[in-house]
Amino acid sequence: MSAGPASDLDSTTRDALAELLLTLADDEFVIGFWDSEWTGIAPILEEDVATSSISQDEIGHARALYELLADLTDDDADRIAFGRDPEAYRHSALLNHARTDWAFSVARRYLYETADAIRLEALAGSSYAPLAALVAKMRREERYHLMHLDAWLRRLAEAGGSAHERLSEGLTRLWPDAMTIFTPLAGERVLVAAGILPEPMEQLRERWLARVMPVMQRLGLPIPSTAQQEGAPSEGGRSEQTDDFRWLHGEFTMVARSEDGASW
Amino acid sequence: MVTAMRQVETDPRVPVVLAALEEVTDPEIPAISVLELGVIGDVAFEPDADGGERLIVELLPTFIGCPAIEVMRERVGERLRSLHLAEEVQVEVSFAVPWTSDRITQAGREKLGASGFAPPVQLSLTAPSVDPGDLLTMLEVAVCPYCGSRRTTLDNPFGPTLCRAIYHCDACHQPFEGFKAV
Repeated sequence: MSAGPASDLDSTTRDALAELLLTLADDEFVIGFWDSEWTGIAPILEEDVATSSISQDEIGHARALYELLADLTDDDADRIAFGRDPEAYRHSALLNHARTDWAFSVARRYLYETADAIRLEALAGSSYAPLAALVAKMRREERYHLMHLDAWLRRLAEAGGSAHERLSEGLTRLWPDAMTIFTPLAGERVLVAAGILPEPMEQLRERWLARVMPVMQRLGLPIPSTAQQEGAPSEGGRSEQTDDFRWLHGEFTMVARSEDGASW
Repeated sequence: MVTAMRQVETDPRVPVVLAALEEVTDPEIPAISVLELGVIGDVAFEPDADGGERLIVELLPTFIGCPAIEVMRERVGERLRSLHLAEEVQVEVSFAVPWTSDRITQAGREKLGASGFAPPVQLSLTAPSVDPGDLLTMLEVAVCPYCGSRRTTLDNPFGPTLCRAIYHCDACHQPFEGFKAV
């Protein structure tokens, strides 16, 4: 079954698709802005370049996803990106924390990149052609992120000492919130039935854990508890914001707010 | 899409469009044209609502977040409007066909090399995968654009722009940039 252009979708399916696109876009947007905070102050110069480049990729992906959403809902991508109150963002709870220290940022990005890879792997087969095409392009770029974060995770874990310790602390703190990347969407049943989301989120979460946990175990890093593994996404999932996020929102909307409706 | 492809073959104005695009260069690497870079997708003439015609050109970004794409869009539009082949010229950024580094033409690869950029390793990444083995294909040997040595190392898979990586030549001790295989 193939979902055609947006105009062919009934309103229930369109609403469900809009929710999916918003969660994908907000995730990429918010992690892109958090890690852009490292520009200029990453541990080494090469990493300064790398983390800035990866963040720029993510914000680019967010822009393309916001544009798909704007086409679908007859809205404006810039308005969606910069014109909402903090409470209207639907990023994963994983992205509700400040960047903290380098090990914490590596822990978060490793969890994010590996989960995102699983999600994109599934969405490459989406029946919504504009999304499948964009995802095919995104995956070519995301491979570099995966390779890079895989190297950083190993580097810090194998170094032992405070590097291993801080990485472990970060992971312990982040595991429960990382699960919310796969919090089921309100319109998920409709999306799965239409082939827009080829598999339920719960299935994707299981595949992700099966891929990531052995890596963690091999490196002596914490894995989620059995209760955490079995789902129970943290309270609020994608809809509860923190003061850390509200601060970031103030930062990334600063320019847009300075001259409402201006064309840059 | 199918209509557009057929028009590429038959419409005598399409070669004129393509020849004009050879003069539009990449904003960051002026040695190479947008055509050689492979960022031009379908070219088509379509009737518009007022009984005239619209020239539609697809522009495929090298990287999704590439900030140069808007500049390219403007330059392509400006050049094509000056041809007066249609009442309207529409340059559409598209992901319908993903740009891959394999789209850079042979002439384009040579011009990149002459400008000090190692051309990307040619890969057929039709089905990107996240398998660890597949990640290694990104670490293929880059040829030093200065001395031609293959004794080079990847310093950083991320560089000054999204599409470039930073290498070092162990033979001539020159740092250089290469296009990422994507």
